[in-house]
Amino acid sequence: MNKSSIAFGYRSRTVRNRLFSGRASVRLLTVSAVLFLVAVGLAAVALTHGDYPLTLQQVFATLFGGERGFEWTIVAGWRLPIAIAAVVFGALLGIGGAIFQSLTRNPLGAPDVIGFDAGAYTAVVVTILVIDTRSYWYMASAALIGGMGTAFVVYVLSYRRGIQGFRMIIVGIGVAAMLASVNTYLVSRAELDDALSVGYWGAGSIARVTWAPMIPALVIAAAIVVSAVLLAPAMRRLELGDDAAVTLGTRPGAARLGLIVTGVATVAVVTAAAGPISFIALAAPQVARRLTRSPGVSLLASAAMGAALLSGAHLLSLLIAQAYRPVPVGLITVCLGGGYLIWLLIRETQQRYGLAR
Amino acid sequence: MPPTSPPQPLVKGAPVAVPSLYGRRAAGLLVILAALGITGLLSVSFGANPLPPVRAWEVLWSRDGSEASHIVWTVRMPRTLLGVLVGAAFGVSGALLQALTRNPLADTEILGVNAGAGFAVTIGVGFFGLTSIHGYLWFAFVGGAAAMVLVYLIGSAGRAAASPAVLVLAGVALTVMLNGFSTFLTLIDEETFRALRSWKIGAIAGIGLDETVAVLPFLLLGLLIAVLLAGPLNSIALGDDLAASLGTKVGRTRVLGILAVTLLAGGATALTGGIGFVGLMVPHIVRWFTGPDQRWIILYSALAAPALVLAADVIGRVIVRPGEIEVGIVTAVVGAPVLIALVRRRTASGL
Repeated sequence: MNKSSIAFGYRSRTVRNRLFSGRASVRLLTVSAVLFLVAVGLAAVALTHGDYPLTLQQVFATLFGGERGFEWTIVAGWRLPIAIAAVVFGALLGIGGAIFQSLTRNPLGAPDVIGFDAGAYTAVVVTILVIDTRSYWYMASAALIGGMGTAFVVYVLSYRRGIQGFRMIIVGIGVAAMLASVNTYLVSRAELDDALSVGYWGAGSIARVTWAPMIPALVIAAAIVVSAVLLAPAMRRLELGDDAAVTLGTRPGAARLGLIVTGVATVAVVTAAAGPISFIALAAPQVARRLTRSPGVSLLASAAMGAALLSGAHLLSLLIAQAYRPVPVGLITVCLGGGYLIWLLIRETQQRYGLAR
Repeated sequence: MPPTSPPQPLVKGAPVAVPSLYGRRAAGLLVILAALGITGLLSVSFGANPLPPVRAWEVLWSRDGSEASHIVWTVRMPRTLLGVLVGAAFGVSGALLQALTRNPLADTEILGVNAGAGFAVTIGVGFFGLTSIHGYLWFAFVGGAAAMVLVYLIGSAGRAAASPAVLVLAGVALTVMLNGFSTFLTLIDEETFRALRSWKIGAIAGIGLDETVAVLPFLLLGLLIAVLLAGPLNSIALGDDLAASLGTKVGRTRVLGILAVTLLAGGATALTGGIGFVGLMVPHIVRWFTGPDQRWIILYSALAAPALVLAADVIGRVIVRPGEIEVGIVTAVVGAPVLIALVRRRTASGL
């Protein structure tokens, strides 16, 4: 590691060796590290909450003490997969959001706003209610196919001499509205028990995640992270425009396809395991961008921010459950994220058209 | 009030356009009335026990105590009447919203007014244990008005009017947020979930005539205000400043417009749980016949929207017999492509 002799306008660290060469802003690295630590810390605190309250010391003693008792079952068997899900799914959603916001060049271009969530959700509802299976692989492939199919439809419908951000978003809203009414129809025709469970799942809940679906989800998550790391430089270059990207040695078509597949896969993995968790993908990249003061959305910082946000929402849902009733974490992210989106719109309007009278 | 005489051509040299506009309006009125009559007749004929339309027509005029007469008068007439009423309410409130916000993509469902009313009703049912529409109707009004004002504030946060896309996004954000809260309330209480499960998707079946009658005065008042506002809305279409210099009271028109939309959409949502996209589609279709004059748009919307709702209802009854698909689901499946088509047009104005 040595200091660069060029002034980039921000403090940065450069790594150059035979395998890898790159430069990263110190602030971005610091913020990401801090956010990841916050996410893990919140997840650890979440381990102590539940019907059987524990202290942090007890949790650590159980996890690392080697004793396989009742508390081990609770902490390692039940609560740990949920806490890991909060961190990992949050990070995945952050990555997915960053990819789509970069591709659509629009801070609103998150997969949930564009309607991929609705497609994945419809596919899973059909799988549960019609085929009557809860197997993880069925649900994951259904979510992937549904998400991809919706992505394709939205892309084709909004294509008119190129893709324009707002048009794509509104087309996504229209497609999502159709799918949502199909979902409502299916749920309203189901047995009350099935409907309640689909309804709970449909609100986006990680509270029922167990190790069985978590292990395949973690494997896919690792693959997604690897492909995101590999595609990150291409994403940076695509942000310069296709022509500039070509001159820099990127094939725009292939890179964009890879990015879309990676982005949809993040949503599909999360939706299959936990239902649609909205607005993390929307908010994480933008909040992270403001914190890191980076010029564009950054995959690393978005992942860290997503993890911190979902862990925080998870802890909040546990606290509400203690005080009142269990709440799906997706409802918390919807309520916070909807408010965030409204604030973002007001701000954008004010910036574009001057301040309010 | 503006005079009821037709608008005079401003340009002396273009008198040819006027007769053709009259022709189109007359033809449009005939088409719409025919559609309304046909869908109304189909609506009393079709169902779990289909009657030939001729028989339904006979029974309508002579209530003879037969089984057919019983079905038509106790089940299908109230339902058809309700469809006509809520159709007119959603259609006119859509036309009003499009004129007020000068946004061709406006609809009570898209801008979150229905979600606001629905959320308030969920609170009324869940927290206050209200079961009769006389109680939660007022919740629907308050919720709808609050959502309407909120979206309006977002839209007017900047100096100029917000772009249609921004307003739509704000409405969608508000809708998902409110629906999130509503879902939360229904999930934590199974009783509320059961009470509201079919209400939330926009059904016009199984709603008693007494409930319709309870809401009727509010819907009529809303329609009356809408008709009275048509003239001022025409001048608002020219821009606030020009409208003010023409003698239109812009602030009063907006407040009354919000009031009318609240009465129409809130009342109709309290009855049906919200039927989306009717208010989006109908004014656009109606404009083919009427041109940009709000007086005609509102009048024609009030007649065309019921035909659309009844058609959607009949389709929902026919395609999955003996089951039914709720009107709200059919209109969403039909209406969402209209939204997509509108946004695909090069200039999404059309106003």
